[in-house]
Amino acid sequence: MKRKVALTVNGSRREDEVEPRLLLVHYLRDVAGLTGTHIGCDTSQCGACTVLVDGKAVKSCTLFAVQAQDAEVETIEGLATGDQLHPLQQAFWDNHGLQCGYCTPGFIMAGVYLLSQNPNPTDDEIRKGLEGNLCRCTGYVNIIKSVKDAAQKMGAAKGAGTPVAAGGE
Amino acid sequence: MAVTQLIGAKIHRREDPRLVSGHGRYIDDLNRPGQVYATFVRSPYAHAKIQKIDLTEAKAAAGVRAVYTAKDFQGQVAGTHPTVAAFAPEKKTVPDRFPIASGEAAYQGEIVAVVLADTKSAADDAANLVQVDYDVLPAVGDLEKALEPNSPKAHTDLADNLGWDMTLVPWEATDSAFGSAEVVVKERILQQRLAPTPMETRGVLAEYDTFDKRLTIWMSNQNPHFIRLFVGGALSLPESSVRVISQDVGGGFGSKISPYPEDYLVPAMARMGGRPVKWIETRTESIQNTTHGRGQIFDVEVAAKKDGTLLGMRLTQYLDLGAYHGTFGAFQACACVMAGGAYHWQGISARTVGVLTNKVPTDPYRGAGRPEATHLVERMLDRLAQEIGMDPIELRRKNFIQASEFPYTQNFGLVIDSGDYEKSLAKAMSIAGYDELRKRQADLRGKGRYLGIGVSTWIELCGFGPSALAGATAGVALVESAQVRVHPTGSVAVYTGTHSHGQGHETTFAQIVADTLGVPYEQVEIRHGDTNEGPSFGYGTYGSRSLAVGGMAIHRASQRVVDKAKKLAAHMLEAAEEDIVFDQGKFHVKGSPEKAKAMGEVAFAAYGAGLPEGMEHGLEAVAYFDPPNLVWPFGAHIAVVEVDPETGSVKFEKYVAVDDCGNVINPMVVEGQLHGGIVQGFSQALFEDVAYDEASGQLRTGTMLDYMVPTAVEIPDIQLDSTVTPTPVNDLGVKGIGEAGTIAASVAVINAITDAVSPFGITHVDMPASPDRLWKQIKEARGVSATSANGGGGAQA
Ligand code: FES
Ligand code: FES
Repeated sequence: MKRKVALTVNGSRREDEVEPRLLLVHYLRDVAGLTGTHIGCDTSQCGACTVLVDGKAVKSCTLFAVQAQDAEVETIEGLATGDQLHPLQQAFWDNHGLQCGYCTPGFIMAGVYLLSQNPNPTDDEIRKGLEGNLCRCTGYVNIIKSVKDAAQKMGAAKGAGTPVAAGGE
Repeated sequence: MAVTQLIGAKIHRREDPRLVSGHGRYIDDLNRPGQVYATFVRSPYAHAKIQKIDLTEAKAAAGVRAVYTAKDFQGQVAGTHPTVAAFAPEKKTVPDRFPIASGEAAYQGEIVAVVLADTKSAADDAANLVQVDYDVLPAVGDLEKALEPNSPKAHTDLADNLGWDMTLVPWEATDSAFGSAEVVVKERILQQRLAPTPMETRGVLAEYDTFDKRLTIWMSNQNPHFIRLFVGGALSLPESSVRVISQDVGGGFGSKISPYPEDYLVPAMARMGGRPVKWIETRTESIQNTTHGRGQIFDVEVAAKKDGTLLGMRLTQYLDLGAYHGTFGAFQACACVMAGGAYHWQGISARTVGVLTNKVPTDPYRGAGRPEATHLVERMLDRLAQEIGMDPIELRRKNFIQASEFPYTQNFGLVIDSGDYEKSLAKAMSIAGYDELRKRQADLRGKGRYLGIGVSTWIELCGFGPSALAGATAGVALVESAQVRVHPTGSVAVYTGTHSHGQGHETTFAQIVADTLGVPYEQVEIRHGDTNEGPSFGYGTYGSRSLAVGGMAIHRASQRVVDKAKKLAAHMLEAAEEDIVFDQGKFHVKGSPEKAKAMGEVAFAAYGAGLPEGMEHGLEAVAYFDPPNLVWPFGAHIAVVEVDPETGSVKFEKYVAVDDCGNVINPMVVEGQLHGGIVQGFSQALFEDVAYDEASGQLRTGTMLDYMVPTAVEIPDIQLDSTVTPTPVNDLGVKGIGEAGTIAASVAVINAITDAVSPFGITHVDMPASPDRLWKQIKEARGVSATSANGGGGAQA
């Protein structure tokens, strides 16, 4: 028996009838048509399915779609504005933080959450912050570099925008 | 030729914007109207007779379109699974393999039935309703027991479990080396089975056009033309009616080269049922059914003089084939022919034995035979160094093939193209601070801390492969094709038979073309992964071949375009062809560069009126490149670890890698390949292990919860550097780098660990050196040599 679920995905309100057992990740991919969120395992180890639910990084294979009732969900497709990439996406590009790219959306979403909690993480904090995500291609070296680079650039952008800087002190 | 601008440049990958924004096109992102979903019913037993299959309930379930068993595929899928025969062994048994089991299942996960339903969940539900009566048979697990005459057989109709037995070089050939030896060291070295574990599992989507009789297969694959050849053949369809498309692929590591049972069954079902069929492998199916890598026992003996001069080696490889031969299983002989590594030997005797077991087949996984060879020779050198009390680096230097000796014919008759082993080693030592490290190690030992330093001076053969050397490449000529088309307005489309699944070919190959044709990089598009485009056949990506073979085919085809353009330019400039200079993408008459014709202008003219007498229209070319030899990258890795003997845990202190892959097209991509490759080596050394219950053949590591793929937390920083020794084998001077890291790294780590625990009298540590195993080994060694713990090895200073 299908059930109604209403939620916001990347800023757009949606209402759908879904099977109660439908996982959020399948909802996003098959119902909402957002295939940037990937599936890499069946035991919630890999993090390829990571999205933000009400601002928190969540493995979308660990949630039923109906549990996301009234939630604000953000997926990888919601980060860029037109072809203007989010600083983390840009940093992954600049630092060769991906190879096959399959794990990448999950890492970027986990990275967005990490930087929202800790805008200036050390290497070890980045490693810890990304420990729910697996990558088989990059050996993580350039992923860590990418997150660090994004943190610096996002920090600098914020700094430049503060009234103090504008006041020219 | 245009001045090189892009070759060697760090160009950011053009494939990345779509991938970082969630717009990649992986197999599960594709759907066809009216598609149905397949779920396979698999044997839960490693070995069982299939007594009866009852489909009644499954067929009656909601949403089910069809349920098939082996007999339904008779007449639909012909022939057995392909296996390449690379060699003629003394003895060989190749069990027949139909993509779906009928009488007997020979490994856990072998397909026995399949359900097609309107939704994925309906197919899964109905698959649970298929009732199969099994008669469980004894399973063959242990390789040595499998060879005993009274062992159960992996298939009941087999006389024995001997897949093959081949002596490459007989033992007598090294009699004199061993006869004159002052020291002989022996070791048994284990290579555990590994699950390749690309983050994207396999998947197939197939659509058959009943009236046009055309089949289209989308899949996650490294080798679409091979799939077209094999699957089209098995379904009795001409290649011209079969199209295989492999778009973005989420990693392969060798596990997406060969055709799998599902690759035949899904297209067959699309034809049988008249609807597109989609199947996506689950992670558990992947660990259980995707071919495994490694899976060997090596018995090795090394004969040497007391001063460290290497004399001879004798080795036997026992390879766990699994229940059937892998398509490229024979390639594992490579572990023997590369066993000599970077060193001089009077002789090497080698035998390889393939053993059938009730496990999933093994096939190439990143490095395929070469990591095993490097692991065994580099391990044995350390073992010998420990035995004769010599520094392991000094021992290596004493026996290196010298830079002046290349091209060098090694013990198995292969010609090593180029190298400078001393150079990369010296660089790695200076970066790591080797002498300091040895001092620190001695200091720390005094304080009861166990630092270990491990070296791997690895070499590799790759760039498969010359048709003349088909014996070394599993019996197949692995040349490569390319087509370069220059459109009338000067934009360029390039089609390659290789396939990129993370390697960045769309970027690096465009760098080569832009330089060769002298056109802007942005004007060049690289296309691959669709058998309906480009030359008639392609050979795919594996064996670190894409650049050295595929890149060269692209280079050749580009040069052909330049040759034709030059003739046309001469005509346009009213000069003789010999007087035309091609520079920076422009043609001019010698001495008057101001009157030049750009490639774009010539291209436009090539499609218009006024061509010279006898010249055909168009500006495009096809090339097949058959390399004159394999290419041989090399390097030196140094691992520094600390082992805590109380817990068996291993902590990285440093990892330095100096690698040489000849000329580099894009250093950023090369570094990325090395990082990933090295970490897969670490991972084998420390974490990964496909474990089966030996008695029942049940897989014990069937999920990512049990099969350990490391996270960012487990991985240390890696310091990379390089030397550049261009290969004389191809015009670009390039070698391969996709597998190098994996080939080098496992043994650097294991040598470091063994070095760390050598004070306990330990001479060899097997993989994975997980804390529990290492702790146990240390504990046992301490128990045995409690009194000699301080004198049992000491620092090799
Ligand atoms: S799909 Fe692997 S954690 Fe969700
Ligand atoms: S880039 Fe391939 S899995 Fe991370």
